Amino acid sequence: MTERKTDIGPPHYGQFLHPVIKANYGKWKYHEIIEPGVLMHVSETGDKLYSVRVGSPRLVSTDFVREACDIADKYSQGYFRFTSRHNMEFFLTDLAQLPALKADLAAKGLPIGGTGHSVTSIVHTQGWVHCHTPAIDASGIVKAVMDDLFEYFGSHELPAQVRLALACCLNMCGAVHCSDIAICGVHRTPPKVLHDKLRHLCEIPTTIASCPTGAIRPHPDKSLKSVIVNEERCMYCGNCYTMCPAMPCFDAEKGGIAILVGGKVSNSKTPPAFSRLAIPWIPNNPPRWPEVVAAIRKILTKYAEGANKWERVGEWIERIGWERFFEVCDIPFTFQHIDDYKFQAYDTYRTSMHFKF
Amino acid sequence: MHKTPLLDQLESGPWPSFVKDLKRAAAKKPQTADLLGLLERSYVDKITHWKHGGIVGVLGYGSGIIGRYTDLPEEFPGCEQFHTIRVNHPSAWMYSTKALRELMDIWDEHGSSVVNMHGSTGDIIFLGTRTEELEPCFAKLTAKGWDLGGSGSAFRSPSCCIGPARCEWAMYDTLEACYELTQEFQFDLHRPSYPYKYKLKLSGCPNDCVAAVARADCSVIGVWKDDIRIDQSAVQAYAGGELKPRGGATKYDKLDIQKDVVELCPTRCMSWDGKTLKINNRECNHCMHCINLMPQALRPGTERGATFLLGSHAPILEGAQLSWVIVPFMEMEKPFDYLKELMANIAEWWSEHGKNRERVGELILRLGMRSLLEAIGVEPVPQQVRIPRANPFFFWHQSDFDAEAKGRRYDTRQGFVR
Repeated sequence: MTERKTDIGPPHYGQFLHPVIKANYGKWKYHEIIEPGVLMHVSETGDKLYSVRVGSPRLVSTDFVREACDIADKYSQGYFRFTSRHNMEFFLTDLAQLPALKADLAAKGLPIGGTGHSVTSIVHTQGWVHCHTPAIDASGIVKAVMDDLFEYFGSHELPAQVRLALACCLNMCGAVHCSDIAICGVHRTPPKVLHDKLRHLCEIPTTIASCPTGAIRPHPDKSLKSVIVNEERCMYCGNCYTMCPAMPCFDAEKGGIAILVGGKVSNSKTPPAFSRLAIPWIPNNPPRWPEVVAAIRKILTKYAEGANKWERVGEWIERIGWERFFEVCDIPFTFQHIDDYKFQAYDTYRTSMHFKF
Repeated sequence: MHKTPLLDQLESGPWPSFVKDLKRAAAKKPQTADLLGLLERSYVDKITHWKHGGIVGVLGYGSGIIGRYTDLPEEFPGCEQFHTIRVNHPSAWMYSTKALRELMDIWDEHGSSVVNMHGSTGDIIFLGTRTEELEPCFAKLTAKGWDLGGSGSAFRSPSCCIGPARCEWAMYDTLEACYELTQEFQFDLHRPSYPYKYKLKLSGCPNDCVAAVARADCSVIGVWKDDIRIDQSAVQAYAGGELKPRGGATKYDKLDIQKDVVELCPTRCMSWDGKTLKINNRECNHCMHCINLMPQALRPGTERGATFLLGSHAPILEGAQLSWVIVPFMEMEKPFDYLKELMANIAEWWSEHGKNRERVGELILRLGMRSLLEAIGVEPVPQQVRIPRANPFFFWHQSDFDAEAKGRRYDTRQGFVR
């Protein structure tokens, strides 16, 4: 056996820098977005770099990546990057190349956009394509929603940027909790314990320890070598199923989608904020999830109509009040909207006379 | 090929279709054809058909591979084993096409030809292979200079914004810091030894393009201490409409400096008389709004560093948290020794006291912020809180009385004599 290499870490980024980026590293002076999807960065040295931002499905084939490489070889001197929101960015040094690049991208069905006051790519998780606890698919809903909101990807028509994210279950691998509009898969039923299988498949102590709410206990009948679930405490996270495949928590009809709104991570004007519950449950309706698509379009449209310049979704709602948000979006207010989960709950109850009718 | 009438409906529409792309891979790979068939089955059944079960990995590592098996192996034998390999991405997700092609060749040889660019934590995700392919795939990756990312209760692959590579607002070298910290914690990245996952994200400025404050236990966000640099002639150009608001990122033609900038400043530390923009920099809270709107007129200062925040994660145990300010300002020069030491000290305190599957932010809630600050030797400062407590119900410790008796301040850790 030849010597095994380990713990070398990722390659140093220095070898992946476009020559203009390398020459102007740390010297950038300002930027402009000359049209949706096309950024121009200007350096202290006078150099200019044009970055063309392109949408991607995130879940792609090796050939998709090779085709992106072909484009980068042709236009971008053999370098390109991906953004934190799964977009790709190609670098031009001569704006005269833009029309040809656009034509090549269009031929491959790749859209340009995702800059400024747009709806950019949806940060999302695996869903049914590879995850063991999802309530919903991820890529399919993202595709359906982005098809519907496509006009907002390649334009700057909104009052501010709108960031969407999707997590396919409550564990929120997509960390959707600070997004303008968050799509979150929800299970609504506790796991079914398959006693016959559990004793062969699962370690009881680790299964019990996996439950964040302490709802799992050893089965009182010790001969069963199984567990029971205190269903009133179960939060439907699926962590027990991760440890123990004899505890499936899926229900094809009861699982579904919650929509949360108004979160952000930037510090601009207002501090980073959590997304808050707008719609507790929408049915899980593949392959195009029309109810989810319609709900998001409605919220986005009402926001675009009602928000002041520069207002993010959460800032708009904060100004008009949540009671007004539910009214203009025609969303019924339910018990589920009132927080009763752990320490954050008390901070959400109103203690002032500052409300509207 | 399996029939996929439901998935086929996702081939149309203007947004690029993952189904179209999966079909390309499926044409070459029987296991990917089965993947499509299995996904179609989930679209029909409306439940997942994956199981976790079974620890798999490469020799000597406890992370980087996620074992995955279908519950329908007879119908979809290609998905019987369909493990994920996380490949640690380079800083800011920049690539040469040469390196990417090499990676894709390795994956065509050893797996499904399906990838995520990228996963939620930032890694390149190689989606779907069999156990016997893991070690040869790993050998080829390391031969080309790549390594696995983190998974399980390990340090997770850090990620960073584009920083000084292409952004004028980078307050430190996010790419170098990301690389250095990834190298520093290689052992912990590949051998899960913490109570739960430990994430690091590095953003160059308070716009926080990698969502560090929400998505990483350790959030490093660039900040400046001195004055915003103003080009008054450029301010005039924005006022006159020669320069477009936000560098052209909006539908708005012209900036109203008073209404759009001065009156929306959260600290009201700016004034505009129609000729000159003035900023009372001492009162600025670096929200970035004015700089975002006028990138050619306003630039962050030159006394630069970063804020260290701690604790964010998604639910469920205690509900979602955003990271809390722990160190308001630290210098961020290579080799980033202070940050390395801080993160190691935090991990040590957390490893000692944390329960299994308890994130560090949850441990702070359980044991109290004071416990953390004392353990890592960081003194209390007002920047750490939004507002002080609204009650007099605090605990006193013997060390407080001892310090007091010695004429030292009782309200800080004994070591903090001022």
